[in-house]
Amino acid sequence: MRNLFVRECGNYKTSYSDDMKLFGTSGAKVKALLIVAVVALVPMIASNYWVGLLTLCAIASIGAIGLNILTGFTGQISIGVGAFLGVGGYASAILTSTYGVSFWISLPLAGLITAVIGGLFGIPSLRLKGLYLAIATLAAQVIILFVISRWTSVTGGTSGMTLSRPEIGSFALTSNTSYFYLSIIVLIFTILYATNLLRTRVGRAFLAVRDRDIAAQIMGINLFQYKVMAFAISSFFVGISGALLAHYTMIVSPELYDFHVSIEYLAMILIGGLGSVFGSILGAVFITLLPVGLSSMVDILTVYMPDLYQILSAFKEFVFGFVIILFLIFEPGGLAHIWLNMKKYFKLWPFSY
Amino acid sequence: MVFFSQMLINGIVVGSIYGLVALGFVLIYRASGALNMANGEFVIIGPYVCLVLITAYDIPFFIALLITLVFSAILGLVVERLVVRPLQNAPVISVIMATIGLSSLLAGAVHMIWGHQTRVFPPIFPPTPVQIGGVIITPVYLWSFIVVIALLILFSLFFKFSKMGIAMRAVADDRTAASSMGISVKYVYAATWTIAAVVAAIGGVLLGNINGVSPSMAAIGLTVLPVVILGGLDSVFGAIVGGFIIGICQNLAGGYLDPLVGGGLKDVVPFIIVLLILMVKPHGLFGSRGIERV
Repeated sequence: MRNLFVRECGNYKTSYSDDMKLFGTSGAKVKALLIVAVVALVPMIASNYWVGLLTLCAIASIGAIGLNILTGFTGQISIGVGAFLGVGGYASAILTSTYGVSFWISLPLAGLITAVIGGLFGIPSLRLKGLYLAIATLAAQVIILFVISRWTSVTGGTSGMTLSRPEIGSFALTSNTSYFYLSIIVLIFTILYATNLLRTRVGRAFLAVRDRDIAAQIMGINLFQYKVMAFAISSFFVGISGALLAHYTMIVSPELYDFHVSIEYLAMILIGGLGSVFGSILGAVFITLLPVGLSSMVDILTVYMPDLYQILSAFKEFVFGFVIILFLIFEPGGLAHIWLNMKKYFKLWPFSY
Repeated sequence: MVFFSQMLINGIVVGSIYGLVALGFVLIYRASGALNMANGEFVIIGPYVCLVLITAYDIPFFIALLITLVFSAILGLVVERLVVRPLQNAPVISVIMATIGLSSLLAGAVHMIWGHQTRVFPPIFPPTPVQIGGVIITPVYLWSFIVVIALLILFSLFFKFSKMGIAMRAVADDRTAASSMGISVKYVYAATWTIAAVVAAIGGVLLGNINGVSPSMAAIGLTVLPVVILGGLDSVFGAIVGGFIIGICQNLAGGYLDPLVGGGLKDVVPFIIVLLILMVKPHGLFGSRGIERV
């Protein structure tokens, strides 16, 4: 076996099947397993608080990958992710609390229900483009949240519903660590699905639709089918993410899924990198940890500026917007692009020229 | 019947303000093809500045208003220069996201400076209500309506006859062609954002006089989105008509249907209308449908 840390210094692929492999080099598979092993060992060293944060990161990553399939791969802008997270969360809440279905069945069912509703709102995408579609998804967000908050007999209205943690036999996943492992396992499946999706006919069709949908149609891609499919697949993962989040926080209520959540998810994929699975994860981790970082920064700064605590939430909003603008202007490719550049730099290091 | 006409008139007044704010959206869309999601924040910053000038510095309303408008113009210019111009050739989603980021940034700044509580404008218009045919109208409403209509006429004339207005239309039509005819596209962009910010500030001051000034007013930025989509993103006339339609429907639905579903319908109705319209007319009522070539 070759040295793990030596990278190929060029592109030495000689066949298409070589180029399309999930793991490009023999080292890549080992490296992927190594990363999984490291992540699996994190709870041993990290404090309970950090394990909880990382769980949130993993759940957000699943949703971000879902949104990236729609926006990054297929090029359909959606500002309604928040509501679809809500649909997933509520579906699982209603199934488990009202109908007594086991979590392990309700989780995929929540994904499927969200996929159906997502596909439904994806139907206008055949005729709507760009900004008009963005507003249509925003309309979906507002309407879905309205239904959720008014359909009191099923959803509990504005007071929301409570959920319980999932159980395996008699063992309930009440600890942060056990839920962390659950989220990571789901995340790994999501990553595998998304990266494999890109290597299939469907994935390539998505990319073609994104680049020029009319040209794609001329080449024999059924636009309607693939656009609705993109909405459905994307919503499936967003729904799964919503259900996982709901069972983690053990509460669902309409204000947890408002417009700001949609913006956060859009920010994740833009800061992470559009059309990149790895980027979605980086972006999700970045946006999830940003408020935490800011809070600790404010803790340090309060010594000098005691008023800062009162305006903490406003300050977070301010920095959130600022970071988004900075990324868009200076690194439109996102964190994934920065990572790629770093890798490129080290490919021939130290003899770059 | 009186209830109906009361709702109708409220709708028309609110609709006229929607039309005014929507005008800012349409101007920016026509010039640069971007949707300004930070318009709601443009709307709230104006009245806050105006209010501070009036209450803290004892400046009479009209002078304060003038200073506010100058301030808004500068804000528009700064935003255009720092955020929009670097993204001139970026994809649509980047520009939308940048203005969303901008809205978050401005909202954060407003919260940090002025806090969360609602502030009330000192009465500028006489408080005694006017009766027209049994319907009671507060003078603020009446004045808002008059101001909005006057502004809309002014803008129509501006686009029709002034050199700058014609240049703006030319840039909206075809950026490259306009620029080769000697129109400075940069200058037009800057002017567009300035005008949009000023219009938003006027709308904000009127709205502040009706409801008081609070950060939640920024929600109008989202409510106005259905207005522009309904009228067609690139139609000034559509923005005005859309404003009236949404304003009236909102108030009628709020008046008649709200008791049935338990309230909150006011915020949803515009979006339901827009979703239905988009199914039938994907470019809105008066929007131009572009021809796509591969």
